[in-house]
Amino acid sequence: MANFSVKVNGKTVDLEVDGSTPMLWVLRDHLKLVGTKYGCGIAQCGACTVHLGDNAVRSCQLPISSVGEKEITTIEGLSENGDHPVQKAWLEIDVPQCGYCQAGQIMTASALLKSNPSPSDDEIEGAMNGNICRCGTYTRIKKAIKTAAAENTNA
Amino acid sequence: MSIIKTKVGRRSFLKNSALAGGGMMLGFSWLASCKLSPEEVNELPKEWFKINGFLKIADNGQVTILSPNPEGGQNVKTSMPMIVAEELDVVWKDVIVEQAPLDTDAFTFQYLGGSQAIRRGWEGLRMAGASARILLITAAAEAWQVPIEEITTEGGVIFHNSSKKSAGYGEMASAAAKIKVPEEVQLKEIGDFKIIGTSQKNVDGQKIVTGKPLFGIDTHRDGMLIAMIVHPPAFGLKIESIDDSEARTMPGIKDIFKIKVFNDDYEKAFFDTRTFNEVAVIVGNSTWEVMNAKKVLQIACGPIESATETRDRFGRKWEEHTPAGLESTADHYAQMEAMSAKKGEVRRRDGDPETAFKRAVKIIEATYTAPFLAHNCMEPMNFFADVTSEKAALIGPLQKPELTEQTLSARLGMPIENIDIQMTRLGGGYGRRSYAHWLVEAALISQKMNAPVKLVYTREDDMTDGIYRPAYQAKYRAGLDADNNLIAFHVKTGGIPQSPLHQDRFPAGAVDNYLAEDWTIDTNLTVGSFRAPSSNFMACAEQSFLDEVAEAAGKDPIDFRLALLDRAITDPQGKTNDYDPQRYAGVLKLVREKSNWGKEPSGMSRGVSAYFCHNSYAAQVLDMVIKDGKPTVQKVTCAIDCGLVVNPDAATNLAEGGIVDGIGNALYGELTFVDGVPQKSNFDKYRMIRMKEAPKEIDIHFVESDIDPTGLGEPTFPPIFAAVANALYGATGKRHYHQPFLKDTSTLTS
Repeated sequence: MANFSVKVNGKTVDLEVDGSTPMLWVLRDHLKLVGTKYGCGIAQCGACTVHLGDNAVRSCQLPISSVGEKEITTIEGLSENGDHPVQKAWLEIDVPQCGYCQAGQIMTASALLKSNPSPSDDEIEGAMNGNICRCGTYTRIKKAIKTAAAENTNA
Repeated sequence: MSIIKTKVGRRSFLKNSALAGGGMMLGFSWLASCKLSPEEVNELPKEWFKINGFLKIADNGQVTILSPNPEGGQNVKTSMPMIVAEELDVVWKDVIVEQAPLDTDAFTFQYLGGSQAIRRGWEGLRMAGASARILLITAAAEAWQVPIEEITTEGGVIFHNSSKKSAGYGEMASAAAKIKVPEEVQLKEIGDFKIIGTSQKNVDGQKIVTGKPLFGIDTHRDGMLIAMIVHPPAFGLKIESIDDSEARTMPGIKDIFKIKVFNDDYEKAFFDTRTFNEVAVIVGNSTWEVMNAKKVLQIACGPIESATETRDRFGRKWEEHTPAGLESTADHYAQMEAMSAKKGEVRRRDGDPETAFKRAVKIIEATYTAPFLAHNCMEPMNFFADVTSEKAALIGPLQKPELTEQTLSARLGMPIENIDIQMTRLGGGYGRRSYAHWLVEAALISQKMNAPVKLVYTREDDMTDGIYRPAYQAKYRAGLDADNNLIAFHVKTGGIPQSPLHQDRFPAGAVDNYLAEDWTIDTNLTVGSFRAPSSNFMACAEQSFLDEVAEAAGKDPIDFRLALLDRAITDPQGKTNDYDPQRYAGVLKLVREKSNWGKEPSGMSRGVSAYFCHNSYAAQVLDMVIKDGKPTVQKVTCAIDCGLVVNPDAATNLAEGGIVDGIGNALYGELTFVDGVPQKSNFDKYRMIRMKEAPKEIDIHFVESDIDPTGLGEPTFPPIFAAVANALYGATGKRHYHQPFLKDTSTLTS
């Protein structure tokens, strides 16, 4: 066990855990931020995606000891009022079915749009291919990303 | 207007009207967890009046509708309350929706499965809204001393035009709650619907996109411990001993022990399936600590003995035989081939198939197989339990709460009334969460620890713990006469351990000489319902085969099917046919029109398929190109007849999901075994369809219908397998008989 100080959603939190603990479980078990989901534990499904700085990363493969000073953003901190363009687009297109993977999808999509504000279909597919949706909402996810991108461009 | 007796689900209305005798007031606890703006707080109702089991109305007119069934992505939590709101005659955006608790007194069919929620809920939901509206206008008639016939409602307001009186539902709610439910109620005409048939957004949408705790795995309670299981590595093994000397010393570990899920003398009900009846359990403070201890826990296993047990299928007993041994996929396929050579059980014989095959000019034969599949819900199996000597509180995702409650009651020896099961949103179900052994496990662990516990399966446990889609084989034969008419049809099919045969489905009824037989093979692999059970294989085999027969007959595949359906309409063969050939033909004609059949885009290969299951009809045309040796699905056009559509955009989403799921399983889905060991345990090896492989476009069309809603969760799933196979044939010149079609990608281009 060791003491760590991490920045999550704009707040600095201090906690005592084993340094190998993945951020996924720090968020879910210790910080009670359960929007970040456990799906596979081996970075194959994307359900646990968070932002480390501006990058989408799989929190199941991110030990707390490796986070350092970098800021972590989870689905709960993506926007103050749930009105990030990607979240709004998700609602407009009514993307979710069961909804379990969608936080991870949204975090991957929002990181993509930050680095590439108007991605092509191929770029969207490339960025999103690591996120599994078992219900099969892929065509809607793609449509929602384009909707959010259009809003970004118009804004 | 149709008049309906308040009989279906009447328990719900009677019980609550009795309760409401004193003007039943409900607490505010359900609001406590919501963060409200000051404006919203000002609008908070002072009192809630429970009108019936489905709805309550506040003094300020706010309406809360309870959605009775588990929500797992079918969107029933939006669509079912929409039906209540329609008949209640309120404005949809003013309605608050809550998940109902498991309440077998108030509700009749709180299941997720068989595409049944809307179909079976339809009448009761309408009645709940309509009868509540009657109570409200009865209260108004009494208050205003006017004839009830002169009262009208609109958008949650009651009007008496000649006296110019009006009142919001909230003003009459208190009085309405005291009035006896009438013997019969009037339902709206379909043409008067204002909410049903309009697209309404998912009521949990905002919570989903902001990461609110909606799922069972998100459950947290003070003092809660985390538990995980360890099961034998292979089917056919059982745990003999545990060596926890290292695991027990690891940080955060509270206890390690074995549990027995079902007692030896317990007669299992239909959904009481559990692969390994004894599992090791690790309990600790946090997930990561328990996961680490799980890595070092040692279990020693020995072979199971073969067993036969009597099980209960809703009052009907059957014998389930579980053989000993370590099974392998190669043996399974050999066993199925051997079994298909033996005499099967004849399930239907029309005409004289043997003679007809003898006079056939052309005989087409094909064999189809499909592997075991894991459900792979994105939310791994989990459940929360807090069990004391007096009561059991359970929270989590499950599909058959009423049946699971009975099972738990028997296991704990605790009366059902002391058990409380709260349903959370399901992170996928697809049949897997009908088999809720993990709820029983969580309860036993909590009981042993004397503490609240959340049991969580790792992905590996989830995938390797059994309850798979069975493996299947089907052999088809078709005989054509000199004019290329289908004169004889034979299907012989079976599975491990279940037969997928539906002997009375198409093309039964459309062929003079028809023979259907089946067989089964026992296994110690456990199986269970998987989205559109058995149909998910038969549709693929049958619709692939009909494509091949149409080709042999030199006919267009849609024309060929329509000609057969025409035969079933004008001169049906046999005694019973399960399907309505008019509706079946209807979806084929609609998909032919919408896909511009016969004018496919250049370079595109097309496959068509149509199937009837779960009371609904779906026909699909799939456009495919091969890029870099890989199939790319450019577009799927789909026509569906599922009766009246409650929430069109949500229904479209669900239909799209069935198609994507089906394409994924057709191309990639497979779980194989070597000496009882599942050869895949996570998504690195178990290939799930991803965005790149999903169709670029899906175009869904519903047949306009005023038939009561049938089912939608399953019907688009089975036929798409064959649409994939038939498009692959066009794209590669090779028929694909064995799922998954991309098992060996070299077969695509050879």
